[in-house]
Amino acid sequence: MGRRAKNKQAPPQPFVERSAASSSSGAAKGKRKASDAALPSSKAGGAAKAAKKAPASARPVKAAPSNGVKSGSRKEKERKALFADSAGSAEGDDDEDDGFSGIEDMSDLDEDSENDAEEAQKAGMLSDENDSDGLEYEDLDEDSDNELGDPDDRERDEEGEESDYMESGEEGEEGEEEKEGEEGEQADPLASLGLPQDGRPLTARQKKKALAEAERLEELLKSQGYSLESGDEDGEDVEQGEGSGSEPEMNEDELAFLNGEGGEGEDEDDEDEDEDSLEGEEDDGMSEDGETFTLPTLEQREAEKVRGADLQVVQMRITEVVNVLSNFKRLAPADGPSRSEYVDQLLDDICNYYGYNRYLAEKLFNLFSPAEAIEFFEANETPRPVVIRTNTLRTRRRDLAQALINRGVNLEPAGKWTKVGLQVFESSVPIGATPEYLAGHYMLQAASSFLPCVALAPQPHERVLDMASAPGGKSTYLSAMMQNTGVVFANDSNKARIKSLSANIHRLGCKNVVVCNHDGRQFPKVLGGFDRVLLDSPCSGTGVISKDPSVKMNKTERDFQLLAHLQKQLILCAIDSVNPRSKTGGYVVYSTCSVAVDEDESVVDYALKKRPNVRLVPTGIDFGRPGFKSYMGKNFDPKMDLCKRVFPHAHNVDGFFLAKLKVEPRSKVVKEDNEEKAANRGKGKGKVAAKGSDDEDEQDSEDVESEEDEAAGEAGAFGFNAEEDEALIQAAQQRVQQKKGGKAAAAGTAGKKNAVGAKTRRA
Amino acid sequence: MRPLTDDETRLVFSKLAHYIGNNVVHLVDSTGEASSSSRAHENDDDDASEGKGQFVFRLHRDRVYYVDEMAMKLAGAVSREKLCSLGTCLGKFSKSGNKFRLHITALDYLSTYAKHKVWIKPNGELPFLYGGHVVKAHLGRITDDTPEHAGVVVLSMSGTPLGFGVTARSTVDTRKLDPTSIIVFHQADVGEYLRDEDTLF
Repeated sequence: MGRRAKNKQAPPQPFVERSAASSSSGAAKGKRKASDAALPSSKAGGAAKAAKKAPASARPVKAAPSNGVKSGSRKEKERKALFADSAGSAEGDDDEDDGFSGIEDMSDLDEDSENDAEEAQKAGMLSDENDSDGLEYEDLDEDSDNELGDPDDRERDEEGEESDYMESGEEGEEGEEEKEGEEGEQADPLASLGLPQDGRPLTARQKKKALAEAERLEELLKSQGYSLESGDEDGEDVEQGEGSGSEPEMNEDELAFLNGEGGEGEDEDDEDEDEDSLEGEEDDGMSEDGETFTLPTLEQREAEKVRGADLQVVQMRITEVVNVLSNFKRLAPADGPSRSEYVDQLLDDICNYYGYNRYLAEKLFNLFSPAEAIEFFEANETPRPVVIRTNTLRTRRRDLAQALINRGVNLEPAGKWTKVGLQVFESSVPIGATPEYLAGHYMLQAASSFLPCVALAPQPHERVLDMASAPGGKSTYLSAMMQNTGVVFANDSNKARIKSLSANIHRLGCKNVVVCNHDGRQFPKVLGGFDRVLLDSPCSGTGVISKDPSVKMNKTERDFQLLAHLQKQLILCAIDSVNPRSKTGGYVVYSTCSVAVDEDESVVDYALKKRPNVRLVPTGIDFGRPGFKSYMGKNFDPKMDLCKRVFPHAHNVDGFFLAKLKVEPRSKVVKEDNEEKAANRGKGKGKVAAKGSDDEDEQDSEDVESEEDEAAGEAGAFGFNAEEDEALIQAAQQRVQQKKGGKAAAAGTAGKKNAVGAKTRRA
Repeated sequence: MRPLTDDETRLVFSKLAHYIGNNVVHLVDSTGEASSSSRAHENDDDDASEGKGQFVFRLHRDRVYYVDEMAMKLAGAVSREKLCSLGTCLGKFSKSGNKFRLHITALDYLSTYAKHKVWIKPNGELPFLYGGHVVKAHLGRITDDTPEHAGVVVLSMSGTPLGFGVTARSTVDTRKLDPTSIIVFHQADVGEYLRDEDTLF
């Protein structure tokens, strides 16, 4: 159990081991996840804990190990508020905590103890036994209660870690943690990019690696004759990140020392936390001249391809080109290569370094500015945090969190935007196999998959369709939101995945779900008149590359064309399946786990054009970026910015796109854009004469929708509208006449036309 | 999908009655309140008054489903090959059709209406979830006057249903047993969602 935890722990801190109580010293290695500390404490620690407990007047053990973990008391308070457990204050427990043996020599113990007191209090509130679990929970504080939408905090903590290495022996680790805590939660707005929470120890390691590589690169650069300019970027970064008095100065010095003239080494936003906003600063600080960096010539590139590029060189070149591109006028030589050549080289390097095929690299690159694109690619290399969703049909988030903590899981609420999400940092038991999981108390689900359901917001007693629902995370969420009332149709076209869909539905105790195995395009033929429809459509998966790296190589232009075609069909079917006269609903939510415009805004735009009675409405999600109103020359509906986009590098969730559409009843307006109809205008009454059979189908389904009640299904009630039939018959007649060159409409042809009319009606 | 015939109904109800006794009538007449409402975060009490509808039993491809009427009617629009599941699957009939077997998916209803319950200690949860029988050492509580060979629902100490089974001895006899003897024969547990996920549906 402890093995995995150990693997994930932070690298050993450069400080002296504290002599004293084994468990406490072990635990006090702040960053280490508590399960590690828990082990010694739980096994041997009975006695040690007892000893500590004594002075602490039976305060739970959490106090002991957690002293090292400290982060701002504010964090605890936040967590308290989040879980709404403790009413207590009890700040005055300092004395008891001071009884910890062996830590007295550390000067910062006082602050620790104070924090510990609060933590102990809180811990006491949360769980009265199971020290280890409590430990882990406490440890989490230091990681900051990172809501997924709050990369700034993470940034800051990472900065804090960096400062640890920098200062190398300044203070105890506790001191470091202290400072982190003191800096406060609401960190300084370090731009964007947070690396995943559970990767933080790795990040620290990576950071070390990055610095080492930076040094190596400096050597490399020097050897290649580039002049190195000193950059204070990292110093600036750190300063921004921490914002507290003494440290930044230290860091700058340290960094300057370490990096020497290696200004370019610091450019590696690839490996460090990605500072988009700092790019600008770096540019100013860098002032790299065109002379010092030149694009490799054609021969050089050929040679590189033959012999295989050195990844470090490639990476360096990437950062340099990004730098140049971000300030092209100033940094590129006037007579040098054009911007497109730089971009070309950059794309080649990206393909080489990250492993994309050229088409996809270009597609993704064009979504962002060059620097942000690099961040995006970098973020795709690391996994996003594991998130679970509480099943409100069976339990409460607070109770579930408690139960899981008792089992040894490190977790926290996932963000302000959700009341049911929990982010799992580390777990000593398999999170997908706990008794709570089996009892259906939660579901493993990516954070971005919450969004479509939150946007759809189904009300109790509604009729909802989920067109592509396997493995069932969203359908079960919808069912839970409706509190097992109404009906949810969970459809999936893949028979093999239907099994896991049904299993999940039953496991989570959703009683109002009907599972069917249709192709989504068969709705609304199968059944229409839903109040809400969720279409999480099959896509290329460019937003979840971190989960499935094969996407990098195997998605081609053809794939995008096929998928876009399918998505367009599906979204039209989804729109047609909605009852526009629904009292409480009439919404379609279209979502994909892709960031490509082909599959996102294009599809929505297509739907809006094809169905003029549909309009975009706000999604109700308060984070994320708006959709693109225009892209590469294509202009979309002006309301497209009501859609939401989220990205891995900006929001630390899988890339996602979300659009919410409201379907209005179709008004009886004659369509202007069909010449045939223009000819029939005199004859057409009421509804528009069909361009083809689709409109008739839509009309039919709409008739059904308008009448529908309990028994839906088209078998119920066609209202035959004689007027409309007339119009249709006339239209069909006209068409036949035109085709035949205006032959006289004899009785025979009239008969045929009637048959034709009937057929088209039935279609 | 079709309603159950009389024979089938008899088989199903007698099986259910093993575990919930005469509470079967609640299932038959229910308005769908059979959820662990005490634990649910949101619980609307006015469900019964609103059109929640009657819950009914339906047979589809050898499996018996317990679903509310409105959903059942809507599901009628789905063709037989394409319909996979509706409401809650309670269990399935054997190929010859004369035996009915309850599945773990019915646990929710069983645990709500169960006549006899067995609570097991935390250290006994995992062995049971792996498919083992419940031994006396893991026994936390047991309802009084449980007869021998009675259907029981197995719960954890915190009240979460874990599965169901059949008692090996009556409550009275259980007291005399030594700690390693089996007191509840395992029949189904929630671990099957992982172990048997391929065969469950």
